[in-house]
Amino acid sequence: MRTAQAVAWKEIQLYFSSPTAYIVGLIFLALTGFFFTQDLGDPFPEATLTPFFDGAIIVFVLLAPALTMRLLAEESKLGTIELLLTSPVRDWEVIVGKYVASLVFFFVLVALSFFYAILLFVYASPDPGPIYAGYLGLILYGSAALAIGLLTSTLTNNQIVAAVVAMGILLAMFFADRASGAVGGGVGEIIGEMGLRGHFSDFARGVIDTTNIVYYLSVIAFFLFLSIRSLESRRWR
Amino acid sequence: MIRAESLTHYYGPYPAIQDVSFDVKKGEILGFLGPNGAGKTTTMRILTGYLPPTRGKVTLDGFDVVEQSLEARRRVGYLPETVPLYTDMSVTSYLKYMGTLRGMSAAAIKSRLGDVIDVVRLGDYRKTQIGKLSKGFRQRVGIAQAILHEPQVLVLDEPTIGIDPIQVVETRKLIQELGRNQTVVLSSHILPEVSMICERVLIIHEGRIVAEDTPKNLAAGLQGVERLEVEVGGPAAEVLPALKKIKGVNDVTHTNNNGRHIYVIQAQSGQDLRDEISQAVISSGWSLRGLQLVGMSLEEIFLRLTTHEEL
Repeated sequence: MRTAQAVAWKEIQLYFSSPTAYIVGLIFLALTGFFFTQDLGDPFPEATLTPFFDGAIIVFVLLAPALTMRLLAEESKLGTIELLLTSPVRDWEVIVGKYVASLVFFFVLVALSFFYAILLFVYASPDPGPIYAGYLGLILYGSAALAIGLLTSTLTNNQIVAAVVAMGILLAMFFADRASGAVGGGVGEIIGEMGLRGHFSDFARGVIDTTNIVYYLSVIAFFLFLSIRSLESRRWR
Repeated sequence: MIRAESLTHYYGPYPAIQDVSFDVKKGEILGFLGPNGAGKTTTMRILTGYLPPTRGKVTLDGFDVVEQSLEARRRVGYLPETVPLYTDMSVTSYLKYMGTLRGMSAAAIKSRLGDVIDVVRLGDYRKTQIGKLSKGFRQRVGIAQAILHEPQVLVLDEPTIGIDPIQVVETRKLIQELGRNQTVVLSSHILPEVSMICERVLIIHEGRIVAEDTPKNLAAGLQGVERLEVEVGGPAAEVLPALKKIKGVNDVTHTNNNGRHIYVIQAQSGQDLRDEISQAVISSGWSLRGLQLVGMSLEEIFLRLTTHEEL
């Protein structure tokens, strides 16, 4: 566990000292800020974060891979993975450490966006339910996206490839609810249930449904599991 | 300390190493010698548990590197050939990180860090970003991380490749010092280096061990009596044909070393021609200034072994 902590701490320091993370942060805040202010121009604006949340989940399809692409791909590229895997460190400790680091950076980003919520509470009296639920949903959604990005980073030593593949998976899962209708039947329903966006809409409306929480947690667990397996497989590839 | 049993590793259909077996005793320095692509790095990777062998097994201190990987890995310090380092970390923060990964407590790292930095002489570069260090200094950082946790087994893959000659000498000395307390396995394609540092040499070629002995015995075993070095005072133009005429002589080469005429005589195998040579020289009225049997250098042994010449 101490080693997982050490891995996480090293990655966190790297996040906060690398330009990539700041660029990701800048883009996240700029775009979500735009989404947040979009509806405020209405003659009768609604004190809600829903446009912010709807925008944030799209933005995060593109930004989560940018945060995770480096995590293991760079270790493979530099060869440092050889020292990492020959140290007495368990594969899951490496994966969990790296994942936690990306989560920490993501949480900081999310925390920065509290600014929008604070503005609402100061200048209006928004319904707090959808805001709390929305943030819970956003955190689960982002955590799932990071787990997917982490997996693709274990698969290649090329950061660009890792990011693009992660974006592909995220986009496919994002629009799975649309594919559902096209496929139809039981299979279509299953595909629809895998949708990242579909499970988010309830949160944005202020509904905390266990199904949705379980869905995101399952996605996280599944992709972390695959990441650990993928790292293990380096030993017999 | 290390026991490798018939290690075989395939990259796809291509065997990188085949049936490599060896034992390393505690405190021994074992050298792997072979040309590039002989399977040295593959063997090192298997020893450190980075790569599982396709067949065969390795135990370190009794722990199987595949089955009891964590226990085995705790006992190893490893310097890969490419010296992979996190270029954006400082020397100390990198070493602290590696120490933690190796399971050292913060206190242990603190007390050991100064010593290690002194040993590899990085004192002036503690806070320097690794990416800004020269190749030779990076190599030192690489060695520092390998010895930081005082591992029982030190695996060094080409530890002196790509660094300048002065640092090469320092590094060799350092490895010899480390070899007093630790078991060291190193690989190299530089023959004098291996014969200088190692107590035992494994010569590996095309994935197979072709010879195994001490550097001295390797040379002696192949030495025989068939190679002689003779120094003769006399005109080279006459001495050379005269030596060639002696029965049993296969070949003679002549070098003029500042007026000292040295002839290296290659005799037919098993023949000791010292008497015949000295008689031939003296009876011709020249002076015999020196006559000795010479062993082959490791280079020659190596070439012979690997080019499948008859010994």
